[in-house]
Amino acid sequence: MSVPFIVFFACAFLAVLGAVLLIFSWEPIHSALSLVLVMMSLAVLYLLLGAEFIAAVQIIVYAGAIMVLFVFVIMLLNAGTEERTDASKLAKLAGVPMGFFLLLLIARWLWTSVVGTTIANGLGARSNAGVSTRELSMVLFQQYLFPFEATSILILVALLGAWILARKND
Amino acid sequence: MDPGEEKRLSVIPISYYLVLSAILFGLGAVGVVFKRNIITILMSIELMLNAVNLAFVAFARAHGQIDGLVFVFFVIVVAAAESAVGLAIVIMLTQNRQSLNVERINLLKF
Repeated sequence: MSVPFIVFFACAFLAVLGAVLLIFSWEPIHSALSLVLVMMSLAVLYLLLGAEFIAAVQIIVYAGAIMVLFVFVIMLLNAGTEERTDASKLAKLAGVPMGFFLLLLIARWLWTSVVGTTIANGLGARSNAGVSTRELSMVLFQQYLFPFEATSILILVALLGAWILARKND
Repeated sequence: MDPGEEKRLSVIPISYYLVLSAILFGLGAVGVVFKRNIITILMSIELMLNAVNLAFVAFARAHGQIDGLVFVFFVIVVAAAESAVGLAIVIMLTQNRQSLNVERINLLKF
């Protein structure tokens, strides 16, 4: 077993462990920290896939900005242990089977469609080399310039919306 | 064995990444259905977005195209905007209801 496989399985195990801990912990702050674990291991997987820029953005924006926002709100609202209420009958009966059904459906579709396709014999000629940040920025700022500028409007609207929603009502 | 063949043997099949992505997405969906705390539900949505990002990157690598990575970038931007507005709504809800439990927010419930 070669090194990439070991790294992959270690990171995959950590990601699934973090996701399971997110679901099964009763304290919101524990859920937030396990989500950080998931994001860190996904960043390593992005590095393994040769997407350095996405890995850096994953750590800076997701594990940095977004999770700090979550932890900040958890502490601001003093969110303690989650209330244990009686789950609705529909959720109790249908929740677990539907979750497994969704998982099986997606896994089966993926398995039948792309199993055996390795990264090395992908369709593109560039697939052997990692995607450089230079290439990515060329595409981002030429072909996708308009969507890129539109996201700045989106961020501005989200900023104003968050400010208007969260300010004190007089 | 020449280095090229050795390198080809050491790469990971894309289906591994996609199955991991499916597992993470399923766990996120289960979290949205099961959790009662509204902040944890938002975090489960972030988990699902992360799973989709992993699938995007894996497909982009397999097909040798950069467009998938650009879309991951846009997904991250939209996730940041979504969590900012969502957490502002959570703050407003807790000011009005004094609770983070989604079962207490039932004005529109039939």
